[in-house]
Formats: sequence, C-alpha cells, structure tokens
Amino acid sequence: MGFMDTFFRKKSSGNTAKERLKFVLVSDRANCSPETMEQIKNDIIAVISKYMEIDTQGLDIQITQTESEGGNGNVPAIYANIPIKELKKGRK
Amino acid sequence: MGEVIVITSGKGGVGKTTTTANIGTGLAKLNKKVVLIDTDIGLRNLDVVMGLENRIVYNLVDVIEGNCRPKQAMIKDKRYSNLFLLPSAQTRDKTSVKPEQMKELVDDLREEFDYVLLDCPAGIEQGFKNAIAGADRALIVTTPEVSAIRDADRIIGLLEAAEVHKIDLIVNRIRMDMVKRGDMMSVEDVLDILAIDLIGVVPDDEAIVIATNEGEPLVGKDCRAGRAYENICRRVLGEEVPVLKFEDEGFFKKLMNLIKRGY
Repeated sequence: MGFMDTFFRKKSSGNTAKERLKFVLVSDRANCSPETMEQIKNDIIAVISKYMEIDTQGLDIQITQTESEGGNGNVPAIYANIPIKELKKGRK
Repeated sequence: MGEVIVITSGKGGVGKTTTTANIGTGLAKLNKKVVLIDTDIGLRNLDVVMGLENRIVYNLVDVIEGNCRPKQAMIKDKRYSNLFLLPSAQTRDKTSVKPEQMKELVDDLREEFDYVLLDCPAGIEQGFKNAIAGADRALIVTTPEVSAIRDADRIIGLLEAAEVHKIDLIVNRIRMDMVKRGDMMSVEDVLDILAIDLIGVVPDDEAIVIATNEGEPLVGKDCRAGRAYENICRRVLGEEVPVLKFEDEGFFKKLMNLIKRGY
C-alpha cells in the first residue's frame, strides 16, 4: 500500500466482507430457494406486464436489508429493480 | 458421565481436525480422560495430525459393524495415557454408519470417558448428521472469511434444529495485523453476525503448520496458538479465562519477528 492510498483509501476490505456477508445471510436465513425467487420474479413480471411493457431480461430481484422506517434498525426487504420499456398507451 | 462435544464448521479447511487434536490433547493434559473420534469416513485425517497413523488396526466402521470391540480399535496417544483416538475408515464411505449407531456408540463411551470429541467432516450431509447425532454440545470453527462464516451460520441453524443448543464459536486463523489495517473481519464483527457465544480465538500461527508436519499437537507449547488452545480447554471445563490479546506484542518482540521474517 503506497503513501497516497493510506489517505485516499476506499472502504476497507474487512468492512466490504462484513457487508457482503450480511446480505448473503439475510437471503440464506429467509430460506428462499432460487426456485421460489424465480416464481416470485415470474409473478411480478405477469402483474406489471398488464400495465406496462417491462424489460424482463434486465429485471433483478433480491432479498436485502433496509433501514426500517420505524427506527428498528435493519429489516429484511425484497428489492426489485424493474426497467420499464414503454408505458402502455391504454388511456387516451 | 462424560460430555460429548462435536467440532464442526460446515466449510472444509478451516481447522476442525487441528482444533480437535489440540483440544483433545489439552483436556488430557488437564487430567481428563478423553477419546477423539474421527467421523470423516473415507477421508481419514485426525490420525496423521495426532501422529498415530502407524498404529491403526481397527477403525470406527469395524466398531459399528461389530468386527471388534471399541477398546480394540482405540489407539492410546504417545504422550498422554489418558488420551485415545478412534480412527475413521479410509476405504468406506459415509453411508456405512447411521446416526442411531453413532449415538449408541458415544453413549457407550461417555460412561467411561470424561470427554468424547467428535471431529466432524465438512458438509451438511450424512457425515455431519452422524457426527452430531449423539452430541451434547458443539464447537463451531470458523475463519474470518465470508464463505466460512456463511457456512457456520447454516451449521448453527442445523444444530439448533437437531436440538443441540449449547453452541460455542472458535474464530481460527485471525491475523491481528490485518484486522488493525481493516483488511480482515474482527472477532467482534464475526460475533455480531453469528450471535453465539465465543469460546476462543486462535491466531494464524506458523507453529501450527510445523506441529502438523511433525504430528504433534502444539497445545501448551510456548507459542500463541498453543496458549490459545490451552485457554479454550480451560473454558470447556467451565473456567473463566480472558481472551488473549494477540496484538499486544512488545516492541522488542515485534522487532525480533521482523528480523526473523527477513524484512
């Protein structure tokens, strides 16, 4: 590690490890199998597709932790990133 | 009546066998009558770590199948006459033994020994189920790495489901210099995530490699890992022993270490 790195260092790798581990364990402990996640994903696609055209390839869902609004610290949450291709022009 | 302790980890290569050998030897040194059982059928290892590989006649599967009495299969340790090893079979597989048979065996052995230590194989399949079947308590070995801790978390869940509720953690191969730099998870980080009781911390120590090369457990020797194992043994017996602070090496010792390492 050079002199400059000491001052302009990004997050330490130990912390990165801890954060990654926390995320992995949340989904491990939720006991959500990849099949279940796939089903949830397909259901979400089916529902949203009724209203808008979405990019099913770019869709990403995962169980993560998020800051609770009630201030109870971190709570598990399903995070879904669903890119919209085009809003359906239903209403004119 | 003796206590049956399983040493397990989920992930392979984190130091289960070394831990079993050292805790077993340490307990024997503290005048307890101890038997170590290698439950890793097909991948026998504990015998070489203990340096007893040349004395094997019968093995665990022979005992289970009734080809010999447990007494005949148990090898007396070279250093302590109150320490015994029941080696695993090398040419069989995990399905040769059923959990009920293991439970019967350890319940038999606990009549005679103060401690029955079970060296568990890696994984969560049959071998793991066999090893935990008769256990009263578990020592989980992990290293400060994402993969090892993830597996430890899974193992804790499986142990609780199997009604093994006394579970303690050993954090193995910690490097305080890396923790200080922020490049390794600290013991506190690991405990924060796994939320179980800590029974010991073992530093990454070259002396372990040397001891394993020679087939001599290093518990009680004048090295940091040796002292760490000795403390774990005393905690297993119920003594309150403070956790060693490995970073507290004096300036002179640090200097000597630097010279020894050649930089």
